[in-house]
Amino acid sequence: MTGALLSARGVTKRFGGRTACNGVSFDLWPGEVLGIVGESGSGKSTLLNCLAGRLVPDAGSVLYETRSVGSVDVHNLTEARRRLLARTEWGFVNQDAREGLRMGVSAGANIGERLMAIGARNYGEIRGTASDWLQRVEIDLGRIDDPPTVYSGGMRQRLQIARNLVSSPRLVFMDEPTGGLDVSVQARLLDLLRGLVDRFHLSAVLVTHDLGVARLLTHRLMVMQGGQVVEEGLTDQVLDDPQHAYTQMLVASILPV
Amino acid sequence: MTPVLSVRALNKSFVMHAQGDLSLPVLRDVSLDVAPGECLALVGPSGAGKSTLLRSLYGNYRPQTGSIRVQHRADWIELVDAEPRVTLDVRRHTIGFVSQFLRVIPRVATVDVVAEPMLRLGATLEDARRRAEFLLSVLGIPERLWSLPPATFSGGEQQRVNIARSLIAEYPILLLDEPTASLDVANRDGVIELIRARRDAGAAIVGIFHDVTVREALATRLHTVEPAGAPA
Ligand SMILES: Nc1ncnc2c1ncn2[C@@H]1O[C@H](COP(=O)(O)OP(=O)(O)OP(=O)(O)O)[C@@H](O)[C@H]1O
Ligand SMILES: Nc1ncnc2c1ncn2[C@@H]1O[C@H](COP(=O)(O)OP(=O)(O)OP(=O)(O)O)[C@@H](O)[C@H]1O
Ligand SMILES: [Mg+2]
Ligand SMILES: [Mg+2]
Repeated sequence: MTGALLSARGVTKRFGGRTACNGVSFDLWPGEVLGIVGESGSGKSTLLNCLAGRLVPDAGSVLYETRSVGSVDVHNLTEARRRLLARTEWGFVNQDAREGLRMGVSAGANIGERLMAIGARNYGEIRGTASDWLQRVEIDLGRIDDPPTVYSGGMRQRLQIARNLVSSPRLVFMDEPTGGLDVSVQARLLDLLRGLVDRFHLSAVLVTHDLGVARLLTHRLMVMQGGQVVEEGLTDQVLDDPQHAYTQMLVASILPV
Repeated sequence: MTPVLSVRALNKSFVMHAQGDLSLPVLRDVSLDVAPGECLALVGPSGAGKSTLLRSLYGNYRPQTGSIRVQHRADWIELVDAEPRVTLDVRRHTIGFVSQFLRVIPRVATVDVVAEPMLRLGATLEDARRRAEFLLSVLGIPERLWSLPPATFSGGEQQRVNIARSLIAEYPILLLDEPTASLDVANRDGVIELIRARRDAGAAIVGIFHDVTVREALATRLHTVEPAGAPA
């Protein structure tokens, strides 16, 4: 192992005859935030799901350096081990908060559940930590007993982030965390994410089609087109001095970021 | 003095794929050295490639060939084709950059925008804020603005916030792209003072100063950037 937290080698995934993600390799280092950008259908979510063990690639491997037992091949774990890993060391923020939350239970329980999954038992402490996290993601404590069904889209997304970060993950996967929110709500969420990533020294893989989001949150970028990584580098290099034709087109087609 | 920044045979073209892969050569075989306490002023006509050179030194633009070596803590680091985390570490500890534009972070107070680089180097919040307030006051940003995000500030105010942010960490190498461009004379003099103090304290500086007064006040040497189209 080289000291990387996550290593992808030749990750390839096909759906029928279509190759959604083709031979992707990279190393993610502790404390790094890697952005994956590219147009719709370029394979970003497919890659993310392969990295997080939610999809099984047809070829290639994903190695993860665990806290306690060294390096593991994410796709060679038993389902039980993979779930344990996902619960104790990872977070996954879905674009659709409804998929990442339990809509039927209160906000407090959505956060508390995660703590119980990693062994917390004291009700008072769990509620205390849940309250801290609600405040951290700027949700009014008066709403702790409401279920997310009565929350706005922005509040749901913030709750999903709290639910994912409360267990102190080392690595967080995010798929369009600001997608579907209006611009002012997005800005607030971005700010919050940026602060949390900094403060907790998180490593993250973030999928977005928004180059402004990428500029603000990521250290490095991979640009995908048709399932392949066509360019990568430091985020500001890729955005300010794009080399590949596709990246140049992408950067030229948006307002300055 | 031995240099802390050393550039050899640097070449940089922009290839524009949307224009039929048109190649625009900008830097051709650029070599230079900068030592602590020196301020090298880049001169040359508009479009010659001064900003391109400066951005390459920061790892923002990617030269095709050549070498940019910097003294980074105890080591010499090659910046051309460096891994992202290496370039970021060099930016965190060694090289500061003042561009003409501040990239504002929504909702973060000015004083914290300025304090951030010092916090990242491990300073306490209190020390970093105190230093940030000192710089903001020297640069003439009224105290009532310190707690506001700089998004709504005037161009000159944003520029000075940017300068404060770039000076707070006291980087051994400073890159300045027209640091006084949108400032009036009084504020310009404050900026000159702060930069001169960094130079005299041993920072190695590379700058672009269109304003002759600023250049004469700061530069210890000139380096002419020739347009790459011109005969060598
Ligand atoms: N479960 C699936 N079954 C069949 N095809 C799929 C499946 N998931 C993805 N694909 C296909 O794989 C390709 C890549 O899809 P993916 O969702 O990874 O794209 P994306 O880059 O995340 O796009 P978007 O920005 O729209 O979310 C697409 O052509 C898509 O139709
Ligand atoms: N990101 C980029 N992509 C394509 N071309 C670029 C890019 N940046 C600079 N150039 C081109 O490189 C050449 C040099 O530009 P540069 O900004 O370095 O000049 P300069 O010497 O700083 O000029 P000025 O004094 O006007 O600021 C110009 O022709 C410019 O259009
Ligand atoms: Mg997707
Ligand atoms: Mg310029």
